[in-house]
Amino acid sequence: MLLSSSLAVQAGSSALQLGAGALQHVAKCVARCISTSSWSSEKHFGGISDDDRIFQNLYGRHDTSIKGALARGDWYRTKDLIANGSDWIIEQVKQSGMRGRGGAGFPSGLKWSFMPKVSDGRPSYVVINADESEPGTCKDREIMRHEPHKLIEGALMAGVGMRARAGYIYIRGEFVNERRCVQRAIDEAYAAGLLGSNAAGSGYSFDLRLHQGAGAYICGEETALLESLEGRQGKPRLKPPYPASVGLYGCPTTITNVETVSCVPTILRRGPDWFSSFGRPNNSGTKLFCISGHVNRPCTVEESMSIPLRELIERHAGGVRGGWDNLLAIIPGGSSTPLLPKAACDTVLMDYDSLREQQSDLGTAAVIVMDKSTDIIDAIARLAYFYKVESCGQCTPCREGTGWLYDILTRLVHCDAKMQEIDMLAMITKQIQGHTICALGDAAALPVMGLLRHFRPEMEARIKSASKPQRIAAAR
Amino acid sequence: MVGYQWFDGQLLSAARLSATGFGDASAGVYRHAITMLGRLASSAGVLGKLVAQQLASNAGASAGLAQTAAAAAGSSGLLQQLGRSSSRAFATNSHDIFNIHKHSPDNNWNTEFDFTPANYKKVAEIIARYPPNYKASACIPVLDIAQQQNKGWLSLAAMNRVAKVLDMPEIRVYEVATFYTMFNRSKMGKYHVMICGTTPCRLQGAQHIEHALVDKLGIHIGETTADGMFTLGEMECMGACVNAPMIAIADYTTGVEGFTYNYYEDLTPKDACDIIDTLRKGEKPRVGSQHRSKAEPAGAVVKDKWVPAKGGETLMGKPPGPYCRDLTDPPPPPPQPAA
Repeated sequence: MLLSSSLAVQAGSSALQLGAGALQHVAKCVARCISTSSWSSEKHFGGISDDDRIFQNLYGRHDTSIKGALARGDWYRTKDLIANGSDWIIEQVKQSGMRGRGGAGFPSGLKWSFMPKVSDGRPSYVVINADESEPGTCKDREIMRHEPHKLIEGALMAGVGMRARAGYIYIRGEFVNERRCVQRAIDEAYAAGLLGSNAAGSGYSFDLRLHQGAGAYICGEETALLESLEGRQGKPRLKPPYPASVGLYGCPTTITNVETVSCVPTILRRGPDWFSSFGRPNNSGTKLFCISGHVNRPCTVEESMSIPLRELIERHAGGVRGGWDNLLAIIPGGSSTPLLPKAACDTVLMDYDSLREQQSDLGTAAVIVMDKSTDIIDAIARLAYFYKVESCGQCTPCREGTGWLYDILTRLVHCDAKMQEIDMLAMITKQIQGHTICALGDAAALPVMGLLRHFRPEMEARIKSASKPQRIAAAR
Repeated sequence: MVGYQWFDGQLLSAARLSATGFGDASAGVYRHAITMLGRLASSAGVLGKLVAQQLASNAGASAGLAQTAAAAAGSSGLLQQLGRSSSRAFATNSHDIFNIHKHSPDNNWNTEFDFTPANYKKVAEIIARYPPNYKASACIPVLDIAQQQNKGWLSLAAMNRVAKVLDMPEIRVYEVATFYTMFNRSKMGKYHVMICGTTPCRLQGAQHIEHALVDKLGIHIGETTADGMFTLGEMECMGACVNAPMIAIADYTTGVEGFTYNYYEDLTPKDACDIIDTLRKGEKPRVGSQHRSKAEPAGAVVKDKWVPAKGGETLMGKPPGPYCRDLTDPPPPPPQPAA
């Protein structure tokens, strides 16, 4: 970009002496010098039309029963889609470029292809992770209570693709009303012959069952979910062995997010090319964004991937309270992603690659907006408390580290900390990250790392502003 | 949910001290014992209070000492203090502070619990969801039924009954019941009012909701009102972040059939108090968002008031009907990798 503009300036100044025709010629030469790939990445995404939205009943304005679902196109020609075969389904998901919507962003087609094609005697299972507990995230809830048939048909598609015998939907315990909606939809599907033996008339047998949790964020982690499903405490397992080799009841299992699975029937019906037309390469599709915090219209909205963050907030959420310049920081993908200060928010796109360049992550696309009235240290301290409470306690770095981070940050909120403790926070986060059984340790460390990276002056000022008695107490 | 108890060491030393120190105590030992008990009482809250009472009575100390220790620990807002200190680390939820069981007159080895015939049917349906050799999978849902039947809490008898029904050792059921935050192991009020306190709700004023409810009900987080109507709790992220701030209320008044667990969202402090009044009257408050329909863009709670904001609406028209592309065409070749 910079190269092209500087060339254009040089070309332009010399062209002034040559005349308008020469200017055009010079511009053409400049354009040819630039490789075409940089021009294609300039394409703008965002502002999709309602016809491009997968979740037409996101706000529950229409009938949520099977009758309404059929009218909106769910369960349409399911038999024909299944007739194309398991490999075709996986191939289509791969081509669409769908990446897991549960936070990790692993390519879904690739993940589903790890399941065994030939059974060694054990049945395969697909488990749908509806344990939505990441702070900021409330998208799966809308799918489950307003579009449950997308979820169920998606589960069937995923089951056929993975050659699974049965599927379990693990829904968080607090979503009691959503659970009742999904159970009603499962009952409707069984009654209509869309599940069970000869599902949707395809000859494939697939059973779907609903399981509930009881209030544990850690059970959103795939191996902890399996432990919880098996009737134990939700304490994660070591990987390897991965769930695709040893999963639920020791059988090959794949755990997928609700949104990932719910998009699949639409991808199969409208084609993977349609899905990958949204978003930059490797960041395909539409996504449900949950915009919360200090905006004028907090909401859940389906938008294209790679939409600029500023456009997402101003078009759908009514802009930051008090105007864009009143913005302090944003957490882009749920609490487990490092925050971005305003300077980064001006230009960042909402997709995996753009946010990773800014040392954050798309996560679950739960945008938490904080304006200048926020005590940023208090906000992150409360997140540290969340991770401390939700830690299962199995491994030392997480169990001790989350509590330690919370202790330091809480005292820092009240100016009762030492300067060395800021560096101590950095040391603790490094000791937690990568040294735990599961990613909750990393998730606990990342918000603190984001705070240190972007708001260190604020932390130092907080300590310096301590009153004299506080300083005496801290120095002891 | 965390198994370790960092102050075990402190307790042990206090116990040893009181056992040896009170018998032939010098003034210095007495002073040290009182300081230890006081420190225990304030830092470990209720546990400290109980231990302090126990130690004082065991050592046969004067009534004055026991009273002092108990008084130090018994000030109101004790449980509030608990929230400030690290000792909350091992709590499964706001009110079950211990991961241990303490016998009480209505909750001990001899109390009984059995499912009603209607609930046994539900239990059988639940067990049928899982492979027959993996009945333990039904642990959480069956514990949930037991809790709803038992007026919102799991007694030792209820947990033992679940263990029997599922052919599990009791300890495995205790593990599950102490790990998950939705299981209550002490008596609850008729309504369990839970405030979400995590950052997205906190940014939108969850603390004001908490203060309003604390003032309204006259109790702190983790406590039950004197008339047994409401238990107040704080929960971690409840998954309704765009409708922040919110509370959830579990209704244990009508057993399993009438059990509801509703979210009340987009709350102002006045809304939260109105909900309590409505429940006191025996009526049903409006479920879900108090000011808009669902999660559509419509406004926000700003400085304890609902401020509507127009614009940004999507999906206002009629949804399109069923569509499927032509599946008979051979699938297109996979795209070439980018240069």
